[in-house]
Amino acid sequence: MSFVPGQPVTAVVQRIEIQKLREGENLILGFSIGGGIDQDPGQNPFSEDKSDKGIYVTRITPGGPAEVAGLRIGDKIMQVNGWDMTMVTHDQARKKLTKKREDVVRLLITRKSLEEAVKHSKGSHPRQ
Amino acid sequence: MLSPTVMEEGDEVLQVLEVGEAVEEVKEVIISTIEEEIRRSSPLNSKTSQDDNWGETTTAVTGTSEHSLSQEDIVRITKDLEDSVGLDCRRYVTRSIAVILGLLVFFTPLAFLVLPHILWPDKQQRCETACEGLVISVAFKLLILLLAVWALFFRPARAGLPRVFVFRILLAVLVLLFVTSYWLFYSVRILHSQDPDYKDIVQYAVSLVDALLFIHYLAVVLLELRQLQPCYSVCVTRATDGETRHYNLGQLSIQRAALAVIEHYYCDFPIHNPALLSASKSRAAKHLAGLKVYNVDGPGNNASAGIAQSQSRAMIAAAARRRDTSHNELYYEEAEHERRVRKRRARLVVAVEEAFTHIKRMQEEEPKKAPGDVMDPREAAQAIFPSMARALQKYLRTTKQQHCHSMESIQQHLAFCITNKLTPKAFLEGYLTPGPTLQYGKDHWLGRRWTLISEASVTSGLKDGSVFLLKCVDFCLVVTSRKIPYVQMSEEYIDPKSHKFVLRLQSETSV
Repeated sequence: MSFVPGQPVTAVVQRIEIQKLREGENLILGFSIGGGIDQDPGQNPFSEDKSDKGIYVTRITPGGPAEVAGLRIGDKIMQVNGWDMTMVTHDQARKKLTKKREDVVRLLITRKSLEEAVKHSKGSHPRQ
Repeated sequence: MLSPTVMEEGDEVLQVLEVGEAVEEVKEVIISTIEEEIRRSSPLNSKTSQDDNWGETTTAVTGTSEHSLSQEDIVRITKDLEDSVGLDCRRYVTRSIAVILGLLVFFTPLAFLVLPHILWPDKQQRCETACEGLVISVAFKLLILLLAVWALFFRPARAGLPRVFVFRILLAVLVLLFVTSYWLFYSVRILHSQDPDYKDIVQYAVSLVDALLFIHYLAVVLLELRQLQPCYSVCVTRATDGETRHYNLGQLSIQRAALAVIEHYYCDFPIHNPALLSASKSRAAKHLAGLKVYNVDGPGNNASAGIAQSQSRAMIAAAARRRDTSHNELYYEEAEHERRVRKRRARLVVAVEEAFTHIKRMQEEEPKKAPGDVMDPREAAQAIFPSMARALQKYLRTTKQQHCHSMESIQQHLAFCITNKLTPKAFLEGYLTPGPTLQYGKDHWLGRRWTLISEASVTSGLKDGSVFLLKCVDFCLVVTSRKIPYVQMSEEYIDPKSHKFVLRLQSETSV
């Protein structure tokens, strides 16, 4: 998941659609994010490359909408509803996720196990 | 526990048997080999069997009686006499030589100035202004020289060193040569030729005094300044209990370094207490006490050296195999001792604090009490001492310090504390922790004779790795010296504006 500056980022991503849950006045998604270009990347426990300033999922409420939708802890969020999440500040990411007018967020997330699964399947079916 | 091994015939059996083990095993081993032995040495049987009439023979002690002196004793006595007399003699001789030299040096310029007037009173010249000025300067320089020499050389000697002080000898020789050469020139050029110019003579005297002042400067540099810069780090260890200190010394000869170490010893090392060493000695004795060596083969088989060596090796092997529980005893004994000391200490502190509350310093404004009530410090100390005496004595016995403090010294210290308004804690400080040797009574440290034991000559300088010993009556100090390494220091400049900081954020938001 590391990137070469100047080159487009390539990653194996998974589409996840989360329905926001209404709790009183707020719409919640049921997970916590960490990271951002204004944060310290060295303290991120989930990133492989300690200079990766992307947005990561740090906590998931059990039984919440995110868990139901298939989001896992340690996932890196690449896009939210079409908005890029790889080069945003922490606050911008939070804003993109908590828009009051949207009921649904469509995320593109990537994780290490996805790449391995693809590699594994490629390996077992070399013709594909 | 030794497992019984199979014995071959002719095996040398030398086993270490533990006292207190099952007796049956011991008997087994002995019996079998004695049979072998008897079979082997039948013609020499009489040696191994006990002599039946050993009780009949008597021994007579002949030779020197208790009061006779052997040759060695006589030599030793004369050497002692020589040493004690020789040392005093040498001190007086040194001092008298120094005084004679000093007087010679002091009166030489005066003699230079005065002799023309005495020898040729008719040929007197007038002394002009410049000449008078020079005479005054001679006088003052001589006075300064006198004070300086008195300050540097005529101080009370603090120690008697085994060998002479090389630098002093050098300087004395230099001064002697110098003054002699001046006298030579004076007698040849001035007295012989009867030089009429008095100014020349005065200038000659002035040059002599100047040169003497410079020699004094050389003396200050060689004797005092040279050893001030630290050059060697010496490590001093007391051989009996391992107390170690480190000091920095300059370039000194070994005997002067030893003197510096002894002076530091008196104020830094806690007092040597032989009573504290008895515990480890008894433990060491117990290690070997449980083992007895039986030479089962019988005497006369090997050379005695071989027996001793194999005996000690067997003992070491047995000691290693034995399940030793002495470490357990040591641990519990030390814990128990610690507890006892702390309990006694608590009782002592309470007793002393209570005793100190019984007396109060009398204020001047108070109405005068009856003369029977007013006490001086010694009486006050004697009044409150009995209430704390028992607790103090018990504490000193437990920490094995009772021989360091006498009743008289304790009462004196108490009077001293009362006079100077010291608190009970300050009074107790000297008894709770063992202090340096100088703190105790004069009989503990006055008049100590030290012996310097060194492989290198004691007037040679300290070197890296030189080792010498300082032996006192009951203990020994081992001194090793190491050179202080050459320090290469470099500088690094920090711009004051370069101190800048950023926050390291790591926030987590739940959405």
